[in-house]
Amino acid sequence: MTHHTQASEFLNARHRWRLWEIALWLLAVAAIFILPSQLLILTEIAILALFAVSLDLILGYAGIVSLGHTAFFGLGAYAAGILARDYVSEPVTGLVFAGLISGLFGLATSFLVLRGSDLTRLMTTFGVAMLLAELGNQATWLTGGADGLSGISMSPILGLFEFDLYGRNGYIYCLAVLIVLTFVARRIVNSPFGLSLMAIKRNPRRAAMLGISPKRRIVAIYSVSAAYAGMAGALLAQTTNFVSPDVLAFHRSADVLLVLVIGGAGYLYGGIFGAIIFTLLRDWLSVATPQYWMFWIGLILVAIVMIGRERLTGWPLLLAARLRGKPAEDAR
Amino acid sequence: MLTILFDGVAYGMLLFILACGLSITLGLMNFVNLAHGAFAMAGGYVTVILMNRYGISFYWCLPAAFLVTALVGAILEVTLYRRLYRASHLDQVLFSIGLVFMAIAAADYFMGGQQQLINLPAELRGRLDLFGIGIGRSRLFVILICAVLVVALQLALTRTRFGSQLRAAVDDGRVARGLGINVSTIFVLTFALGSGLAGLGGALGADMLGLDPNFPLKFLIYFMIVVTVGGTSSITGPFIAALLLGIADVAGKYYLPQAGAFIIYAVMILVLILRPNGLFSREGRR
Amino acid sequence: MITRRHLIASAAAIAMLSAAAPSMAADTVKIGLILPMTGPFASTGRQVEAGVRAYMALNGDTAGGKKVEIVLRDDAGTADQTRRIAQELIVNDKVSMLMGFGLTPLAMAVAPVISQAKVPAIITSATTSAIMSKSDYFARTSMAGPQSAVPVATWAAKNGLKRVVTLVTDYGPGHDIEKGFTDEFKKDGGEIVEAVRVPLQNPDFAPFLQRVRDAKPDAVFVFVPAGVGSLFMKQFVDRGLADAGIKLIATGDVTDDDLLGAIGDPALGVITGHFYSAAHDSPENKAFVKQVKDTAKIRPNFMAVGGFDAMHLAYAALAKTNGDTDGTKLITAMKGAEWTSPRGPISIDPATRDIVQDIYIRKVEKKDGELYNIEFDTFKKIHDPFVAK
Repeated sequence: MTHHTQASEFLNARHRWRLWEIALWLLAVAAIFILPSQLLILTEIAILALFAVSLDLILGYAGIVSLGHTAFFGLGAYAAGILARDYVSEPVTGLVFAGLISGLFGLATSFLVLRGSDLTRLMTTFGVAMLLAELGNQATWLTGGADGLSGISMSPILGLFEFDLYGRNGYIYCLAVLIVLTFVARRIVNSPFGLSLMAIKRNPRRAAMLGISPKRRIVAIYSVSAAYAGMAGALLAQTTNFVSPDVLAFHRSADVLLVLVIGGAGYLYGGIFGAIIFTLLRDWLSVATPQYWMFWIGLILVAIVMIGRERLTGWPLLLAARLRGKPAEDAR
Repeated sequence: MLTILFDGVAYGMLLFILACGLSITLGLMNFVNLAHGAFAMAGGYVTVILMNRYGISFYWCLPAAFLVTALVGAILEVTLYRRLYRASHLDQVLFSIGLVFMAIAAADYFMGGQQQLINLPAELRGRLDLFGIGIGRSRLFVILICAVLVVALQLALTRTRFGSQLRAAVDDGRVARGLGINVSTIFVLTFALGSGLAGLGGALGADMLGLDPNFPLKFLIYFMIVVTVGGTSSITGPFIAALLLGIADVAGKYYLPQAGAFIIYAVMILVLILRPNGLFSREGRR
Repeated sequence: MITRRHLIASAAAIAMLSAAAPSMAADTVKIGLILPMTGPFASTGRQVEAGVRAYMALNGDTAGGKKVEIVLRDDAGTADQTRRIAQELIVNDKVSMLMGFGLTPLAMAVAPVISQAKVPAIITSATTSAIMSKSDYFARTSMAGPQSAVPVATWAAKNGLKRVVTLVTDYGPGHDIEKGFTDEFKKDGGEIVEAVRVPLQNPDFAPFLQRVRDAKPDAVFVFVPAGVGSLFMKQFVDRGLADAGIKLIATGDVTDDDLLGAIGDPALGVITGHFYSAAHDSPENKAFVKQVKDTAKIRPNFMAVGGFDAMHLAYAALAKTNGDTDGTKLITAMKGAEWTSPRGPISIDPATRDIVQDIYIRKVEKKDGELYNIEFDTFKKIHDPFVAK
């Protein structure tokens, strides 16, 4: 077998659809009919999932730890909200607009994550998010300041489907966006480009020796990730008709990190599973102990780290590899 | 306006006491401990409980806050933190955020969500007028304590046996162990010292900054700025960074109230762009 | 193979979702209470809940022939959570009324939902003037915009304070109150020397207080949210502003009943204007304070009384509709309601659905060894100053 065919076989194997992926999406679509009373929380899950997928693109595939990913989420939410309030109230237009704005902002700030250590990146991403939060708070004339951006009324999606009180069309809309964007992300990470990113993550110096330029690739994936986060923010603004200043708050950055960690980083679906588990858990805990759910979330987080993330989220991959009779490394 | 300068210095000094523990754990032990504020909060609550429930004098509360949080820090180091020294920064971040969440909920459960207030002894209230500069007594007290601490820490880390053992343990644990240095004991002690200092800062700051369950998150950004801007390779770096931050923050709010909150973030990002390893780092290391 | 864990996760997710399906009883009226029970505004949630529970303890759990049931949910002070919870309470739990909303953005976020669903929402805490116009299904039992600031301005002008600096927190209610005070004070012939705005997330008041001191006014008028209010008080005294002859006048948030004891003696003599004091002398208030102290172990503040009156309004509306839970009928029944609350006589303006109440000018004094806001002057029937004019 030549190296060439080996490589293309490897790429094809990664592209192949797995049974559970199809099952997951079928379930998500079926939920529209099976769980009509839970569509609102499902909408929230879909939005959070998209947000987590966007973080996975940079954390799981490029190894960039961000404590301020909500900067893009919040920017997208405000962009979509302001567009809908003042100019065009059609949701898909707003979605694209928000994606563009956040993507451009991601491009502009991507040079900040190119340098320095993990800690420096943590702080610069964090700082950018805080700066934006402060900006959103101060620019009352544009964003409504601390009162939030209200007065948004969305027109029907593509002029056809109106957002209803049960959240049915809202959920279908968010799910459709999530599915499309996940497919796109899947193509990106399974392309040679995606593989080169993972090479950079594993060992930047070696990747550079092989002729992979880390900088341009990181800038590219960071911008894509920012655009994804912006679109997630736009979905939130459009389904709630409101943008509150806390879309830029630190706890959102922490939450999305937590979501991704619960689900496991580096295989795209981690964000989606994480979002399902996290949202249901939080909802259940906040009903069970309205005041102290934070404690249990914290405990889970500590437990995950102590047990070891790899052990928790890595075992399906290990198992699959074992069954195929290959060492675990190849499954990744 | 010298009063503003004075206030800024006091504020910066307080930030330094709060953050210097972090610069020890982060700089010397290379552990990203976002839960640092939780230790400060613990110190604050110890003070509040001792003063308001048992009527113990503020001066005794300060060492008590230091000791209690140092003890808590030591226990956590032995049971949890120790396992994560070799973990990735992401794991450390997640773990310590988890701890912060738990601490917030626990503080809320035991102490309630409201602001906690302490009444300083009479001699620390009010202000003095020196040559037309209004000097708050409690702030003066903070500055004095901090000045003593800086000198003591600097000496402890550079001149004592413990300090050199610690540096040896951090630089190369295996060799240090081979030389008969008990590395894990050194780490426990250092971590306890860092937590204790945070506790002391929390106790001192309870009056100036207030104290409620969200303290760890509210001030996290300030600690991180001090440490990242100051660099993590010495005590003087964070000290100067804290002073600059304190003065810039207070003066910014006085002269440009509209832009007040921007200044610190903008300064931080700018510094990190220009010097990714902090203003006062020795370049070439790590 | 690889599918198992994910399938189990999804199956568990669905099981959890369907387990939450609501049970309904025809003779029960559900009221959804959405409050920040965690996060920085948790104390607001706790106070309002205490007020709501106190009302039910004192007045039973039936109104208009129906059993009233409270469904309490935590939104952690996050607007999109508030909105989602409100929508779920309406669609799934079939609540007839919503209640709570700790902050302005939280109330703003639910406005589209309640308009669409035609479900009344009683605001127990958020005070910004602009909220009420966002939906015809809002009613309010907390405070209408700068209601408490205007009488303070009148009082200050009358009592010889000429030059005043305003210091407010930089967010919606702060802007409302700043404007309310300034308009009235200028009309009464006063002069605003300087207007200082303090960021919402502010650890240290020192630079702002120094600014006030350097402006050398007769008095400083202050509005900051209750929690940081106590912090402000201490720094005010520490900075020697009182010694420099600068009087402190404020809305009642600064001398919040919940925190007054903890602020201690520095608060003595502070003049504030507000709608509620735990020391208000009336049998209704005595019963209310006793109930809250017995069950929730806290001294009720103005948030608690907001919750208490929200329940009264809900009960009164149900009684008027004879238990009919149609949202439009309920909100109509609320218009013009009038009763004696623990805070004093209040009513709901039929035009704006906003509260009309007396504002008291109070002074902090020691009573039975504890600090209280003692009322000494009353401004009757104050409307929202922005809407009334």
